[in-house]
Amino acid sequence: MATLEIKDLHVSVEGKEIIKGVSIEVNKNEVHALMGPNGSGKSTLSFALAGHPKYTVTRGSATFKGEDLLTMPPDERARAGLFLAFQYPAAVPGVTVGNFLRTAVNAKRAGGAPVKALTGKDAEIAGKNGSQISAREFLKVLKENMKNLGLKEDFAFRYLNDGFSGGEKKRVEILQMAVLKPEIAILDETDSGLDIDAMKTVSDGVNRMVGPAMGALVITHYQRLLNYIRPQVVHVMMDGRIVTSGGPDFALELEAKGYDWIRQKYGVASSAAA
Amino acid sequence: MATSDETRIQELTRAKDDYKEVYGFSDREDYSFKSQKGLNTRVVDQISHMKEEPEWMRQFRQRSLQIFEKKQMPTWGGDLSTLNFDDIYYYVKPSDRSNEGSWDDVPEYIKRTFDKLGIPAAEQKFLGGVGAQYESEVVYHSLQEKWAKQGVIFLDPSEAMKQYPDLFKQYFGTVIPPADNKFAALNSAAWSGGSFVYVPPGVHVEVPLQAYFRINAKNMGQFERTLIIADEGSYVHYVEGCTAPVYSSDSLHSAVVELIAKKGARLRYTTIQNWSKNVYNLVTKRAMAYEGATVEWVDGNLGSKLTMKYPAVYMMEPGAKGEVLSIAFAGDGQHQDAGGKMVHCAPHTQSQIISKSISKGTGRTSYRGLVKVEKGAKDVKSHVRCDALLLDPESKSDTFPYMENEEDRVSIGHEATVSKIGDEQLFYLMSRGVPEGEAMTMIVRGFIEPLVKELPMEYAVELNRLIELEMTGACG
Ligand SMILES: Nc1ncnc2c1ncn2[C@@H]1O[C@H](COP(=O)(O)OP(=O)(O)OP(=O)(O)O)[C@@H](O)[C@H]1O
Ligand SMILES: [Mg+2]
Repeated sequence: MATLEIKDLHVSVEGKEIIKGVSIEVNKNEVHALMGPNGSGKSTLSFALAGHPKYTVTRGSATFKGEDLLTMPPDERARAGLFLAFQYPAAVPGVTVGNFLRTAVNAKRAGGAPVKALTGKDAEIAGKNGSQISAREFLKVLKENMKNLGLKEDFAFRYLNDGFSGGEKKRVEILQMAVLKPEIAILDETDSGLDIDAMKTVSDGVNRMVGPAMGALVITHYQRLLNYIRPQVVHVMMDGRIVTSGGPDFALELEAKGYDWIRQKYGVASSAAA
Repeated sequence: MATSDETRIQELTRAKDDYKEVYGFSDREDYSFKSQKGLNTRVVDQISHMKEEPEWMRQFRQRSLQIFEKKQMPTWGGDLSTLNFDDIYYYVKPSDRSNEGSWDDVPEYIKRTFDKLGIPAAEQKFLGGVGAQYESEVVYHSLQEKWAKQGVIFLDPSEAMKQYPDLFKQYFGTVIPPADNKFAALNSAAWSGGSFVYVPPGVHVEVPLQAYFRINAKNMGQFERTLIIADEGSYVHYVEGCTAPVYSSDSLHSAVVELIAKKGARLRYTTIQNWSKNVYNLVTKRAMAYEGATVEWVDGNLGSKLTMKYPAVYMMEPGAKGEVLSIAFAGDGQHQDAGGKMVHCAPHTQSQIISKSISKGTGRTSYRGLVKVEKGAKDVKSHVRCDALLLDPESKSDTFPYMENEEDRVSIGHEATVSKIGDEQLFYLMSRGVPEGEAMTMIVRGFIEPLVKELPMEYAVELNRLIELEMTGACG
């Protein structure tokens, strides 16, 4: 059984069906690329998998490490090892990147039991028995990862995505992935907004993690990213369905020829957003 | 965070379980004196007599009682219809012993209470002085040697009236006269306890002075009276905290706080109000700021059934500055009617009011503020900002900003926002593994963070703890 196994998934938003039967299997050690025109449903699929309450699964199934993903609340999915790098990460003023991520790490360690911001003796004990990560230890891990991603140290103390540039937001998404160490990561257009150097830094960050411990579903519009992060499979989504898939070089072909020929070949009507 | 900080904080933050357990316990009522219920000339005389007060103070109380009886109840603000003045004990003396002397002299059961609340332990660590009031009387007051040597006075006001009669009489009641409002009149008639602080010219008291107020008896009225004088070029930070047991019948807390900041002085007054949810908290707080002086009110209101409190700064001379930072949290059944009042009486004065309020469940927060610019007060700057956060569909919030301006060279800015916890924010935090309750708490803490970071760390941690408690909904 695949680590992430999606079968005939149908997803509706506000009563409208957006995903109309998608099946994909992603394993650790694999990279799948997901491409497709604007509005075809790529982000909708990611949100549904991450458990956004607005996205209702009306049919089909999704399992993660053999367990039913769809009955889990979003935080449980994350703790189980699923990660979504958002296309448009939300800003949370007043909550620092460091504080937030430390809480997330401790939440994972506590397995969803309420995590108290422990102080003094309690923190010491929790640090020693490994149930919680100490502030010092965490800061070390965070700083190392920030350095790898070309983020200045003061980001640890900045408010989450508040006033971040587009590219900074994307780097911080990958920073979170690096610290949380998921087993499957869905990266929704992590490349858009990144400058040329950042694209390389961020890709290196992803590549360091893909392997026996992690697999990835990489959503992108550009073949360029796939030069850095090499996929085994490239899927094309149109109008809520995966209409065709190809090998690593399929992206090159798409880049050269566009999507119209696929529409014609598979009989997909051109969607409103396209 | 250094380990020593962590230990300090731990001692202060006993708020681990729920309000009932941490603050809401009550002691047996075993008092040396308890007045009859209700207030009349006889009770007022009794209070004055027991305190061995000079005749002028007895008359002041009696005059205030007359004013109290004549004044109408406020018709604005919160619902005061169930407040019954005749059902309240106005004076309860816990012990015959005076508050002079050491912690060892405090009666055992009161000591235990304050021990539980972490008062004496905290003192040695980072405070310049501590006062503790139980019911109507201050049971303990101490000031570190270092500050006493420099002429700083920190006493129970009754004691100050005896030891420094002229200094006391010169300032008492000059900032808030009894006729100011019904509750100021009530306090002036029945006052007992509180703090008297005097800081001599040029003295900077670098560590906060703290007072802790505890109501224990049922249907108790606590009317403490605080007067702080920061003489020229001095600095002082005064902090007060307060709790009470959870009873089904109501208690009343009606304080009067008068601050005077002389030329070039800086005075900061921080309140972390955590009364139990059966307490009416109706407080008058006002400061006079003279030439180049700065007064800051940091006002955190989490507890009480109804709070009506609008700390004021009267900027009397050029260069004076006034600031209010107000944080209010209203849970189920609570109404926090809070804000600030800035009165510009002189040119080149500046003021700022920043208010952040959170309503949860059926809680209601109201921002009520006034910025007033008197004739002749040119080149005045004032900025008001209030942000409200609603956590539930039935939560309520409203804003009553008032401006009165008699001048034209003024700049007054006002911004207000009301927001709900964003679904996208909540989902984002949860998508990283943080459970829903904690994600909500994080957003709420983030919302007030700009104000909390103004607090000394000990109090910031304390406030965050209290918010966490409120958010988990375990409070009585
Ligand atoms: N919350 C929503 N409310 C209404 N419509 C929605 C919502 N979310 C998605 N949709 C609609 O679903 C369709 C698919 O959107 P989605 O964001 O999944 O596309 P996408 O493939 O990620 O596009 P892009 O490449 O532009 O990011 C669009 O027509 C979009 O307008
Ligand atoms: Mg998208």
